[in-house]
Amino acid sequence: MANVASTTASAGSELTARALREAVFAGLITLGMFVLFVGLKTDQNIRNELILTQRWGLLAAFVAIAMVGRFLMVAYVQPRLAQRKGAKAAAPDVVKEETFFSRNWSKIAVVLLLFYPPVIVALVGVQGSLKWVDNFGIQILIYVMLAWGLNIVVGLAGLLDLGYVAFYAVGAYSYALLSSYFGLSFWVLLPIAGLLAACWGVILGFPVLRLRGDYLAIVTLAFGEIIRLVLINWTEVTKGTFGVSGIAKATLFGIKFDATKDGFAAMMGLPISSAYYKIFLFYLILGLAMLTAFVTIRLRRMPIGRAWEALREDEIACRSLGINTVTTKLTAFATGAMFGGFAGSFFAVRQGFVSPESFVFLESAVILAIVVLGGMGSLTGIAIAAVVMIGGTEILRELTFLKMIFGPAFTPELYRMLIFGLAMVVVMVWKPRGFVGSREPTAFLRERRAISGSFTKEGHG
Amino acid sequence: MAFGTDTMTKDPILKVERLSMRFGGLMAINDFSFEAERGEITALIGPNGAGKTTVFNCITGFYKPTMGMITMRQKSGAEFLLERLPDFEITKKAKVARTFQNIRMFSGLTVLENLLVAQHNKLMRASGYTILGLFGFPAYREASRESIELARHWLEKASLTERADDPAGDLPYGAQRRLEIARAMCTGPELLCLDEPAAGLNPRESLALNALLQEIRRDTGTSILLIEHDMSVVMEISDHVVVLEYGQKISDGNPDFVKNDPRVIAAYLGVEDEEVEEVIGEIEEIEGEHGGPGQ
Repeated sequence: MANVASTTASAGSELTARALREAVFAGLITLGMFVLFVGLKTDQNIRNELILTQRWGLLAAFVAIAMVGRFLMVAYVQPRLAQRKGAKAAAPDVVKEETFFSRNWSKIAVVLLLFYPPVIVALVGVQGSLKWVDNFGIQILIYVMLAWGLNIVVGLAGLLDLGYVAFYAVGAYSYALLSSYFGLSFWVLLPIAGLLAACWGVILGFPVLRLRGDYLAIVTLAFGEIIRLVLINWTEVTKGTFGVSGIAKATLFGIKFDATKDGFAAMMGLPISSAYYKIFLFYLILGLAMLTAFVTIRLRRMPIGRAWEALREDEIACRSLGINTVTTKLTAFATGAMFGGFAGSFFAVRQGFVSPESFVFLESAVILAIVVLGGMGSLTGIAIAAVVMIGGTEILRELTFLKMIFGPAFTPELYRMLIFGLAMVVVMVWKPRGFVGSREPTAFLRERRAISGSFTKEGHG
Repeated sequence: MAFGTDTMTKDPILKVERLSMRFGGLMAINDFSFEAERGEITALIGPNGAGKTTVFNCITGFYKPTMGMITMRQKSGAEFLLERLPDFEITKKAKVARTFQNIRMFSGLTVLENLLVAQHNKLMRASGYTILGLFGFPAYREASRESIELARHWLEKASLTERADDPAGDLPYGAQRRLEIARAMCTGPELLCLDEPAAGLNPRESLALNALLQEIRRDTGTSILLIEHDMSVVMEISDHVVVLEYGQKISDGNPDFVKNDPRVIAAYLGVEDEEVEEVIGEIEEIEGEHGGPGQ
């Protein structure tokens, strides 16, 4: 017994010695790497001469961070990880206990979202709720809906689409133009915008039917750019880069959200505020996102949804089973595009202003990143990814205390994309298949078991 | 020309006439004709690179033949010219299903889902091309239940019921082969084309495959056309064997006839060129004496 204790003690001291050694090495490497980058800095003095500023304190901080980090990594984190791995391998497969929360979490999430605006209003007041409902609630839900729409094309059918923002643009401009030229209401134009986007989905679908993988991605990317360039250059209709402004707001059963005496606030006897319109928009986008989720879940259990997933797995096998892969791909493009169009017309009604600048390639990339990070095909994973990615970047704006650390010139928003990229790398290393990598089967004989991500394919085109 | 062809042929399900397939300068199949009888198991054999899989790909529409006619005649009497149909309609309308030499399953879908995908066209109609099904019409629910019953039936036949809810990619090799056959049967074919179904199977699995194929033929009346290298399978279960070498037919008849055909033996074991002439001379003599073999 004493023997065992002494062995572990000696192993412990050995580990500490090794950790110290490695920490010194890491410190030396850091010193070598940063001595010229950080330790010395060239500045211009008042006479425009270059002078060398020495920053030994900062360099010491860098070296100290590297040494402490390496020491902790070797001495504590690595043994802990190894231990956990060993424990996991040794332990038999324990059937996870299904709790009430894990079974009904999606319903719970929806209920929480339904109560989100009133709770926020109660906490921070009507005016204070604007930021939380609009910047966080609506902004995140738009991306959730867009990513769910793209998920049909990329996650289910396995067709890599880099130009999804084109359909978002089609939806937004359909509403903006048709409402300003013909004065049609939002509720009439919402389905029309969806249909028009679906038509463009089919139009994109036809030329790319024969393409796969990288080639498909390039053509869809080009398609997204074509739509944007048309919007910029067709100035007679779209007003080019000036964009369309003064887009009509949506109404609730004909009740307008404005300061007139027929407006919502006056009718309800509430003080006039723009917050009510935002709360209304929050419920609108929540409803649209729920529609997307409902249709996706339903479609997955229908032959067309299964055909999409089969197409992702093996296209030739699909054809050998009598599935028309042309119509299957086109319906995937059209369905995905339709939800993009719905989201687009919502975007136009929310902003009151659309311009081609809102539909750049970066938007497509962000939406695709959300789908991939969330786990292709998984609605839950995608919703989590949207909250993390969009909510995370919004929160950066709120981190004003960072100014106290880094000085008043520090603007955290500027580091948005850096952190976004870093977060994506970390998530992909940690969970290569996204937050939810497993797949729910659509039918079962005895029991529904999630399928590990290692079996599903990403699709090849 | 056709050595030992059964002259009693009455009702061919598949008629391949003067099929030729050229890939650039290579004549993969040259003027190849044969017939497959309804309700029989027809085997297509030949050395590696003889063009067997090319014939299959022409029949199932994955290649468009350079020349020739492929006629599929259904039980109802409806005729389809397969060389004119796109590949998916050959399964959908002409009711010819196939499997692949290198297994092609939907590995991320469960075994059951694989069989449901195979019933796509039937379910699409039942769901009113998705629209009625989306609104939860009862007709689709009924059809969906039936499709699961059909899948259960074939899972039992292929002894895969235990693995129904596992991902198809998780199955062992032999089970994947059986799954592919079950999946093809779920499309409700009249002609089942199997490309080397016994490849990579151990002797026991190979026996089980024989039993499965014979059961399929007996219970559903489905005609089977198969490519196979495993002679124990070919000779055991096939009623009719067609031998292909360098894209040309060298023998056609019942298994016993083909087994003893000197041309076939020469093709498989190899003989000197002069010997081939000799051997052919011998056959012609024998044929003259016996009034044609294979009877």
